[in-house]
Amino acid sequence: MPEIIPKLRLDLEDLAFHQGVPVLLRRSLARMAEGELLEVHGDSSDLELHIRSWCRQSGNPYHGGGNGVGIYIIERGAVAVPLLSSGPEVAEVAEPTWALAPRGAMLEAGGPSLSFPLSRKKDVWAQELNSIHRQAVANQWSAAKDIPWQQLPKLSSEVEGAVCQIMTFLTENEFAALYIPARFLARIHPHYREVVQVLAMQIADEARHAEAFIKRAEAGGQGLGTTAASGQLSLKSLMEEADFTSAVFLLCVMGEGTFLTLLPFLERHAPDAVTAMLARLAHRDEARHVAFGVEHIRYILGLEPERRSSLAAAVERRNNVLASVTGLSPYVHDALVIYSGGGIEPSQIRHGASCVAELHRDMDRSRRERLQSLGFGAQDAETLSAYHTKNFM
Amino acid sequence: MPKSDKKSSDRPLRIGAVAYDPKVVTIWEGFKDYFHKRGVEIDYVLYSHYDAQVDAMLSGEIDIAWNSPLAWVRTDLATKGKCQALAMRDSDRDLTTHILVRQNSNIASVLDLKGKTIAVGASDSPQATLIPLAMLTDAGLVSGKDFEVLYHEVMFGKHGDHVGGERDAARALASGQADAACVLDSNFTVFVNEGTLDPGTTKILATTPPYDHCNFTALTGVSEKRSRPFVEVLLAMSFEDPSVRTFMELEGLNRWLPARTSGYQQLQNAVSRFKFYA
Repeated sequence: MPEIIPKLRLDLEDLAFHQGVPVLLRRSLARMAEGELLEVHGDSSDLELHIRSWCRQSGNPYHGGGNGVGIYIIERGAVAVPLLSSGPEVAEVAEPTWALAPRGAMLEAGGPSLSFPLSRKKDVWAQELNSIHRQAVANQWSAAKDIPWQQLPKLSSEVEGAVCQIMTFLTENEFAALYIPARFLARIHPHYREVVQVLAMQIADEARHAEAFIKRAEAGGQGLGTTAASGQLSLKSLMEEADFTSAVFLLCVMGEGTFLTLLPFLERHAPDAVTAMLARLAHRDEARHVAFGVEHIRYILGLEPERRSSLAAAVERRNNVLASVTGLSPYVHDALVIYSGGGIEPSQIRHGASCVAELHRDMDRSRRERLQSLGFGAQDAETLSAYHTKNFM
Repeated sequence: MPKSDKKSSDRPLRIGAVAYDPKVVTIWEGFKDYFHKRGVEIDYVLYSHYDAQVDAMLSGEIDIAWNSPLAWVRTDLATKGKCQALAMRDSDRDLTTHILVRQNSNIASVLDLKGKTIAVGASDSPQATLIPLAMLTDAGLVSGKDFEVLYHEVMFGKHGDHVGGERDAARALASGQADAACVLDSNFTVFVNEGTLDPGTTKILATTPPYDHCNFTALTGVSEKRSRPFVEVLLAMSFEDPSVRTFMELEGLNRWLPARTSGYQQLQNAVSRFKFYA
């Protein structure tokens, strides 16, 4: 026998059934145990008829009127959907049944399973994700609004041509840096939402960079330059990396890491304020992408130091694929020389060539430092840096 | 089709159901799997209308039928009571039908329906037609003479399982085409929530006494040895079991209960009064 004394009382006043009575019924019953009684008070028309029908549908037995007019007694039925939760902590393995439920939310048992190939913490995680994401959100900029396009001067056609060629090269690389995280993003279990959010911002950054660089090439009137086959081959070998961690290593640590040297070079030698500003803002974004890459690799190597050799193998494998590529494409090399030299006079070319040679040395030095900070020995760091593609990314 | 050598007692228990909606396949595929995992082999046969299902039961084509209340009444009549109700949904018990009128109508009692037009569902719908019309007849109003009946024949033969006929009846009331409409109590709530009826524009004129709805029916001849495991496993089905909850939700129940036959009196009276199976 259920308890005779109602456990709870619910006063509906004159609320009509269709005006939301079930909301209050469900809330009250949810606080009660099976078999306990709810005493409902209300004086809207036909309330009892509606409550009786609702009770039948919802599996809560209706006990008829209580002692007095406008009082109805409902028994809390046995029907309860079991709920489960992933818990608030980041789990080592994310279950397919957690599907799209946010981490820490309750979810009904019996929902569909969603299969995400990257569903272990050790597949995707990194330290500092929240801080990287906060910075990304705070530092978003707009190609339309935040660049002083009206300050773009008329440059000599040689220098403008060099700018356009460099913008073309940068855009190819931005596309690769957009597609690689995008390809992996959909495979990551949403339980690791911080990784998903960081990559999503990264993708948005790269899309904006591509937009801004194309806009710069077009703004001076010359338009885009030429894409070299060797550059495409280099990026193709990057895009074909099937393992997430190896791809992050190649793209974010080695490739975008190299861009952390290239972009300040472009800012320093920029012939105009627009190009300088673009290089500066892109550099700020790329620094975050590199931070994610370094933190992810640091996390992985902390768990599995032996992965260092497989990462080295990925660099070496890519180097073998790119054996036919002897160096940076002449389109890009020549443009960098003219860009940093300021023109095509022999003295300018001499100065530019010296700047570009210094750039290569800086890139190599910074790659080696970064690799050593990840625990690679000096010798390995030197080898891997040397193996890195001549096309920067 | 090759003829099966299997005796009927060897083959899976064959359950008949009426396909009033595509979801019926989903439900029965789910149930079949549920029973299989518990060692009870069933198969299901879908019929496009209840008369065919009752005929199939009478000829032994199926062992158990998931029957509408009207199909139960027909089986009961045809077998002269040599059939039994095995189980039903909790939601099959104590349904009522409202006769709705417009809020601003001057119809204040059932007798005021004299000379009016009453919208009902399909002519074979127990809840939206037969039971409420029988209640009016009991009150002394003769259908076709004292009032006009506006039928909404959506899926005739499916005994009003499809809600469309009732919805059309509600629309006829809302549009002024009819002065009253007969609607299952829970569908009244649905029609207000979905906007078929504007809140506050209609009121309940009268409500039928409670009656029962569907049940699993077997002929008395079906050996208990075959039907009992089915009933036991059916009654054990739990809403807390994620593997079957979806199908229970689709079928509109919270739990299965042993059947009772005390709730079919109003429909039996209606069938006999209207000579429905005469």
